[in-house]
Amino acid sequence: MPTRTGAQIIWECLVHEDVQTVFGYPGGAILPTYDAMLDYPVKHVLVRHEQGATHMADGFARAGGGVGVALATSGPGATNLVTGIATAQMDSSPIVCITGQVPSKYIGYDAFQETDITGITLPITKHSYLVTRAEDIMPAMKEAFHLAKSGRPGPVLVDITKDAQQASIEWSWDASPVKMRGYRPLNPITSEDLAKATELIRNSKRPVILAGQGVIQSGATQELLAFAERVGCPIAMTLLGIGGVPANHPLNLGMMGMHGEAWVNHAIQEADLLLAFGMRFDDRVTGNTKTYALNAKKIHVDIDPSELNKNIPVDAAILGDLRETLVDLLAVLEPADHADWIAYIDSMKGDAAVRDIQGLPDTGHLYAAHVINDIWRITGGNAIVVTDVGQHQMWEAQYYHHNAPRTLITSGGLGTMGFALPAAIGAKVARPDAEVWVIVGDGGFQMTQAELMTAAQEGLKVNIAIINNGYLGMVRQWQEFFYERRYAATPLKSPDFVKIAEAHGLEGYRVDKRSDVDATIDRARKAEGTVLIDFRVEQEDSVYPMVPAGADLHAMIRRPEPSVLAETGADPI
Amino acid sequence: MHHTLVALVEDKPGVLNRVASLFRRRNFNIESLTVGRTAEAGVSRMTIVIDSDQASAERVIAYLYKLVNVLQVEDLGSTPAVARDLALVKVWVAGHDRAALLRIVDETRAHIVDTGEQTMTLEITGEPPHVDAVISRLEPLGIIEMVRTGQVAMRRGDTALSATPIA
Repeated sequence: MPTRTGAQIIWECLVHEDVQTVFGYPGGAILPTYDAMLDYPVKHVLVRHEQGATHMADGFARAGGGVGVALATSGPGATNLVTGIATAQMDSSPIVCITGQVPSKYIGYDAFQETDITGITLPITKHSYLVTRAEDIMPAMKEAFHLAKSGRPGPVLVDITKDAQQASIEWSWDASPVKMRGYRPLNPITSEDLAKATELIRNSKRPVILAGQGVIQSGATQELLAFAERVGCPIAMTLLGIGGVPANHPLNLGMMGMHGEAWVNHAIQEADLLLAFGMRFDDRVTGNTKTYALNAKKIHVDIDPSELNKNIPVDAAILGDLRETLVDLLAVLEPADHADWIAYIDSMKGDAAVRDIQGLPDTGHLYAAHVINDIWRITGGNAIVVTDVGQHQMWEAQYYHHNAPRTLITSGGLGTMGFALPAAIGAKVARPDAEVWVIVGDGGFQMTQAELMTAAQEGLKVNIAIINNGYLGMVRQWQEFFYERRYAATPLKSPDFVKIAEAHGLEGYRVDKRSDVDATIDRARKAEGTVLIDFRVEQEDSVYPMVPAGADLHAMIRRPEPSVLAETGADPI
Repeated sequence: MHHTLVALVEDKPGVLNRVASLFRRRNFNIESLTVGRTAEAGVSRMTIVIDSDQASAERVIAYLYKLVNVLQVEDLGSTPAVARDLALVKVWVAGHDRAALLRIVDETRAHIVDTGEQTMTLEITGEPPHVDAVISRLEPLGIIEMVRTGQVAMRRGDTALSATPIA
């Protein structure tokens, strides 16, 4: 057998896992691994902060469907990964984080740059390993990749001591499949559960499908559409479910929940059957659970048994892969028609279109919703859009209409500001042919702005639309609605973003008139490298509709009526 | 309501931490937790007593199964089971009526495991309510130190809880 160092074994494992790019930052305890890297065909993207490495790995995984890899040293390198790991955990994103650790004989002695990263990340990883011997690296790496991508995906951390990286052992690749005694990623779907669900579906007059990210992760788009068409069932999407069902499909109602359209939430509240497919009844989706869909029987399909009956008790729980479940259901279900129900939901739209800002006359003001809708129109809906967190994120969900899976990448569960730019860099690495747009607020952009230089150094082209309203907008909106407009710590000054772009050797533009939006978007698309556009939008603009946190799902704050606005001279949105 | 959960887990570093951390993170309170070996090498057995309703106990079991090192979990609340708790109690005897103490020992199947000049140490084993009862009889005499193991439990009858083999 050939001899390999632990560091070489790490790269051998990555090559065997078909990893072509890692995102990382070197340092003392991971130096042996960085030294060995030069001899292996794996590209390294040097981030500017380790948080960026985890978000890039996450964006890479979500856009490309593979496993993203982040690399960091011990101590502060490892602790900087934490926000990105928690983000990946909440949104079930498959990433593997490899950290260097101080030599094993120093563990527990508070050595320089020692930190208990497996302990720190214990509640925010799917699993983790502390490896202190070169012999244990391959089993840990193989299990880490297997765990990250199978079942309900998630982040796995492998912490490897410096002496384990340096030790030489006789080594060869073990191609046998991973066997883990206590890990059950896939459970057989039971026929009793299916029969119960089938019965509920057959008896329903007012069904609604709740499509979550599970649709995308199990690759179930075609089966879901076949199912919905077969039984004539409208579909509502969670934020992370967007893209799993084409926006232009006639049965697609749009996004549900806190900032979902009123008719979508009303349809859920009036339904007699909810079919929850790969979603987890998050509080942003249900509002008050005590008044949630009280008229509806509920079927829940999820790959994670701990999600079933967790937030909402259900009548039929199916544990298993969503795509396989839909195939099984399609095999037994006969066609049904709910045209009356669908027409009724349509009638609930009422004057929503009239209130929608896209239909209102041009007031000369520049609104975020305009900018996002224009990006959608000009890119033909074909871009991968990576958002940050806040108002712009919700407007993106409302006004960029995605027709393909893995084209909206956003931090849903954790709501991590600073996610967009690094995640977009990862997405661009995974999908170099795709047009990638970052939609980000002025606050979130400044959190991870340093990664602009990563994009510049790597020559990666992403188009950045900063929705700049001079506030931490979503928090300001809550202060406006619920804290009597007391704007504590939400007014925000920003640097000259155009000069920031130029300082990085990139193109930057400022837009404050609606008439300049189209031409600037065109210009950005045609430019060679990363382009930053600073859209100076209306400052005190709010996202509607809105279900206040914890309120009943049907108790929405609706968009103001245009006639009321005309009389009062209030903002037309 | 008390639930006695038995978990068979892989004997690997950090597993106790993962299990204990799960209860903390999910906001469940552990009443007692014991860990020890089983007849199978590499497999440990935890007995965890929690105070929760039935739905919460089911959630805990689902969360336990999400831990990669957890092999098998059973809620003994729904199965006839033998449960035992052990206490060591050091009681002040100087100036007391020794006969009173010896009477308690005799009546409660406690064992004297150590005697000092002024103290006596008793071992009490039994169902947790039995241990509670003996301790409350000893309290008036002056307990100066006490330790309890926490509950261990096992199904009655011929069936056994066994870890799933490697798939």
